Amino acid sequence: MRIRGLSRGQTVLRGVVLAVGAIAFLFPFYYMVIGSLQKSPDTTIAGAFPEAGNLTLSNYADINGRINLLQGLVNSGIFTGGVLLCTVVFGVLAGYSLAILQWRGRSATFALALLVQVIPFQLLIIPLYVLIARDYGLADNYLGMILPFAINSTAVIIFRQYFLQVPRELFEAARIDGAGEFRLLWRVALPLVRPALVTVVLLTFIGPWNEFLWPFLITKESSMQPLAVSLANYISNVAATASNPFGAVLSGAVVLAAPVVVLFIAFQRYFISTDIGSSVKG
Amino acid sequence: MSATDTIRPAGGARASGRPGHGGGERRLKHPLHLRVFGRNPLGWLFSAPYLVFVLGIFAYPLGFAVYMSFYDYFFAAPGAVVDRPFVGLDNYLQVFTDPKVLQSFGNVLVFLAINVPLTVVLSLLLATALNSVVHFRTFLRVSYYVPYVTASVAVVGVWLFLFSGNGLVNTLLGPLAPSPSWLVNSHLAMPTIALFVTWKQLGFYILLYLAALQNVPGELYESAATDGAGKVRSFFSVTVPGVRPATVLVLLLSTVIGANLFTEPYLLTGGGGPSGASASPVLVMYQQGIEQGHPGYAAAIGIVLVVFVLIIAWLQNRFAGGRD
Repeated sequence: MRIRGLSRGQTVLRGVVLAVGAIAFLFPFYYMVIGSLQKSPDTTIAGAFPEAGNLTLSNYADINGRINLLQGLVNSGIFTGGVLLCTVVFGVLAGYSLAILQWRGRSATFALALLVQVIPFQLLIIPLYVLIARDYGLADNYLGMILPFAINSTAVIIFRQYFLQVPRELFEAARIDGAGEFRLLWRVALPLVRPALVTVVLLTFIGPWNEFLWPFLITKESSMQPLAVSLANYISNVAATASNPFGAVLSGAVVLAAPVVVLFIAFQRYFISTDIGSSVKG
Repeated sequence: MSATDTIRPAGGARASGRPGHGGGERRLKHPLHLRVFGRNPLGWLFSAPYLVFVLGIFAYPLGFAVYMSFYDYFFAAPGAVVDRPFVGLDNYLQVFTDPKVLQSFGNVLVFLAINVPLTVVLSLLLATALNSVVHFRTFLRVSYYVPYVTASVAVVGVWLFLFSGNGLVNTLLGPLAPSPSWLVNSHLAMPTIALFVTWKQLGFYILLYLAALQNVPGELYESAATDGAGKVRSFFSVTVPGVRPATVLVLLLSTVIGANLFTEPYLLTGGGGPSGASASPVLVMYQQGIEQGHPGYAAAIGIVLVVFVLIIAWLQNRFAGGRD
């Protein structure tokens, strides 16, 4: 709205650019659903539209026969849930102490939280694999899966940002009334930063739910694999043996994508540019 | 303990506003624990889990990676005492002479040359357009973010379908379709992956640019308009310089994310094919470190990769960061 008075031609051009962009971004998702419902893969242009004679749910049954979809979803859920729990509990505590409490080492800790964001995780996978899978024996274990992601540093920074916005007088007043720090955090600070909780949950959710490399390294037993890993293994190993490999892969993809997409659309207003943008910039 | 701790901050509040660290030395009459921990020792307790996490998951493994890279490290049964020979710079020498590793670094350069400029240009253009649009704003925002929030593994499935030999893309292109097809063509495999990652991540960078656009003062556009600048002109002379800090961030993040490429070559091109033309350094790290059991060598590749990224980031900062 800042750029006012675009000429008619420019407005049309802007509309076209945005619409073409939106189609390019959404079409693969639409095609994912269509492809997952086709009896035989139809790669012609007509195949991009639903055709009554070529629709079936058998691909979903097919993929479920190869990889246990429910078990995969449960594993993804436990992995993601564990990360969320740790991030929310310890992230709130760390964010609170970084924003409100005066203690030595506070600015060093905050600098550390910023620094951690630019360390490429992939550099750490080899030593982490040696430590967690070999030395601690946590391969094929939920704890081993969760550990490297346990506390999302972006979440700590977002919580700190929100706690900083709470007026100091509220805390001083509660302290004079004799409230302890835990009570203060629970009763005063936390209710005020509820929007941050939703943002953090949303942002943290997509990390482990979509993560492939780490759970792929650490789980060899198929009963322990999150859905992203079992679907990837299916794509790279056995897809060729299914009667309609694309249909089966796309059905699995729909099951993997659906929870995040639904959650994201439901809470999209919490996925706000200013929060995440400012937190990444520190 | 909370009784004493809660009185003190209130009492000490006359020295308000000053960060806790450093304040201790000047008021020597304070008890020792105040000088060591600051005014709210509880801050330590609250941050302790996070600190332990950062030290255990980032700092220690980072040091361990450096250590490992100087040894012929191999896997042994947990608890077994084995002697792993120190090999000095051998792993690093091998990194620079292994054609597979060199090829993967070349591939990642191709990737970055396509992905980074495309990301910056497209995300800034789309964010600017999105910022000024009135209708369908939420719908458009959501559609741009959806690929970013979806698992790579899931969207890889669709791209395999779209870009397969007789997939929809080749059907649309008809006689123009490349042969061999996109993902099995040694010249096109890496560019296709770069395109995929650009598409997948673009929403996140649009988000960053949207935040940055809110900070460009509106008066600048007005005075540009008063000076007779058209929309295109004011985009280049107001918007582009106005979002420069965000551009530096987008350059850095897209470079770091690009250098960490793994899932896409692993799945889209079946492990970096054809004949290594789309192998990424992280994929080679995985193959060497875990499949073939040379974690020391893989750690050395990782460290060379990080140095490589730091050099690129430094160059970008020099040329795009301006004087600030």
